[in-house]
Amino acid sequence: MTTERVSRSALTEVGIGTEAPTSVVLRHVGTRVERMAGNVFILPAVLVVLFLSIFPLFLSLSLSLSRLKFVKGGFEIKFVGLANYHKLLFGSEQNHFLGVLGSPSLLGWLFFLGVMAFLIWRLVRYIRAGSSSVVSLVGRVLTVVLLGSIAWLLAHTLSPEGRPGTVVVTLLYVFIGIAVQYALGLLLAMLTTQRLPARRFFRVVFLLPMMITPVGIAYTFRMMTDTDKGPFQPIWQALGLGLYSWVNDPWGARTAVIISDIWQWTPFMYIVLLAALEGQSVELMEAALVDGANRWQVFWHITLPQILPVSTTLILIRMIEAFKIVDLPNVLTNGGPGTATESMTLHAFIAWRTLDLGGSAAIAYMLLFLVTFLSMSYVNILRRRVVEV
Amino acid sequence: MVIPNPFRRRSPVALSPLEMAISYLILIIWTGVVIFPLYWLLVTSFKLPIDVNMGPFYLPFIDFQPSLHAWDYILVGDLANDTRRNYFNTVVVAPTSASLALLLGTAAAYGLTRFEYRPRLGLILCFLGTLVIVVAAITLGAPWQVAILAGIALFVILVQTVARRFQRSLKNSDIAFWLISQRMLPPVAVVIPIYVLFQRLGLLDTHLALIITYLAVNLPIVVWLMRDYFQSIPLELEECAAIDGASRYRIFWSIVLPLAVPGLVATFLFVLVFAWNEYLLALFLSGAKSQTLPLTVAAQNATRGPQWWYMSVLILIMIVPVIAIAVALERYIARGLLVGAIKG
Repeated sequence: MTTERVSRSALTEVGIGTEAPTSVVLRHVGTRVERMAGNVFILPAVLVVLFLSIFPLFLSLSLSLSRLKFVKGGFEIKFVGLANYHKLLFGSEQNHFLGVLGSPSLLGWLFFLGVMAFLIWRLVRYIRAGSSSVVSLVGRVLTVVLLGSIAWLLAHTLSPEGRPGTVVVTLLYVFIGIAVQYALGLLLAMLTTQRLPARRFFRVVFLLPMMITPVGIAYTFRMMTDTDKGPFQPIWQALGLGLYSWVNDPWGARTAVIISDIWQWTPFMYIVLLAALEGQSVELMEAALVDGANRWQVFWHITLPQILPVSTTLILIRMIEAFKIVDLPNVLTNGGPGTATESMTLHAFIAWRTLDLGGSAAIAYMLLFLVTFLSMSYVNILRRRVVEV
Repeated sequence: MVIPNPFRRRSPVALSPLEMAISYLILIIWTGVVIFPLYWLLVTSFKLPIDVNMGPFYLPFIDFQPSLHAWDYILVGDLANDTRRNYFNTVVVAPTSASLALLLGTAAAYGLTRFEYRPRLGLILCFLGTLVIVVAAITLGAPWQVAILAGIALFVILVQTVARRFQRSLKNSDIAFWLISQRMLPPVAVVIPIYVLFQRLGLLDTHLALIITYLAVNLPIVVWLMRDYFQSIPLELEECAAIDGASRYRIFWSIVLPLAVPGLVATFLFVLVFAWNEYLLALFLSGAKSQTLPLTVAAQNATRGPQWWYMSVLILIMIVPVIAIAVALERYIARGLLVGAIKG
């Protein structure tokens, strides 16, 4: 195989050569049915999603702006404006939602300043490039401000005197969980695409955790983490932690939740990456190896570019799902000790159980806002660079 | 020039013995991590309450005397009717909604990778604005027939006047982002509105309500995952088929779909599992008739604390069918369907 051939098919495989959604040949004008094809493909899905999304979106928005009051023979809904949001950000729920602020440690300051320096450097470089419109400039400044304040919040609530609120705890779950799950999923997927005997056995086994209902997983891990009656009791005993309870130590409890989350969701990363790795072309890889590339070079220059689009999607989907984590902290620790393991969704769920529907909807909307903002920045910063959609 | 010894390795992708050993070590460790909680569920399902509460026992017959009481209770005893009914409901709801989501989602994903859509922003804003006004009017007490008629009139007027001014239109990536953004609200927030919606439609406690809900919830994931798989399929094949006179639908059905089988299988497994295991929405939308299995599992956390033995049995009988499907479908996540297709 000549180099020319390799590089051409490399381009095709990676999708650079095949971009252009409207190929000249494919755009031929056919019959009426044929010309409608585009709409026929997309409309059913859009209509189904529209049907079930608009109404809930508006109803919960209006709920978040109101307070439920029980009166004789039922309840009435009273419009209270932004009071529910005010309570979360500045009022009585601030300690619960945002956390207790303490002065950051040196590490905290370094983290915050590092993030700010990076963001401002990006912004300056963007303005220097000169191709900015007003709308996108405003968007970018907003991104810097919001990401900066998230970093500020992290630095202040994770300090020795501070206490993280549900926002920070959720962010911890999401980012630690996803990083470990992706690394593990990729490693396992790479290993099981090798021609190893018995790989089909491993492939099915690795999917198992995904198949258990989340509520069931939460209860299973409550058994696992029980230091008194659980299966690891002898180990705890030997370590002198026989009477230690995860549930009484904030970081212990959070670690328990994160470990369970990793166990539960690594299979999802694994299966999608496996399909992506199996879909890549072997010829390219073999050609590169024959030409004397080492394994690391093959991975970095051939495998990774091919699975990058799927990876970014995967991480986006996982991020959106992970922000909604609720079963694990609810069943494992009931959000405790105090509110140390409470995620935003659990916070909303608890508010909702106490019939504070307005407060619950407000938390949900704050979550929606946070996730939308983070995923839009993610798409803009990373995904656009990887796949030109 | 170094010529690689052709007898040392069967294929350049093959592993050396040392790499092989390390690979197996990692694989076996993770297998242990995955299997152990499942093993614990299995032994717990054979324990009497006293065996669970007296501290950890690992091996049946050696550490403790296994008992079938939990299996008996769930499968033939008091709970048998509930289990059977809920099992049936799950078997109806999950595969149906997963298949529909795969069908509609895959079509939409194909559309988004191969066509250009330009929905006009002005049009969408007008539609949303009208909708808000109509909903507000109905909640404030206007009769709904009048409100909807007035809404349609208002929409037409707005489209003729305001929307003409807006030339900005959305792109494919905006549609995709809108779709995935529908998953961002936590279920706690959407569950009451969806409950009210299905109540108005008279569909509460039916399979249909669950199927529609899971379909809508799963569609965005299918669209996003399949979009990436489609992007990696070369256009040449489709162009050849188009030249030979195949229609778009035919190209999609008999060329693109077969090539995307690994992605389709992975995606199907994921959405199936999601619908099979979903808890919160099912809790609200189903009554006595259409309850699904996750509700039965959660119900075992009774006033006397979690009934670990019943829970274990239920979790185990819940995953058996999914494992069977995964074993049957796993072989299709295999390499090389594309290899050779574009050769020459």
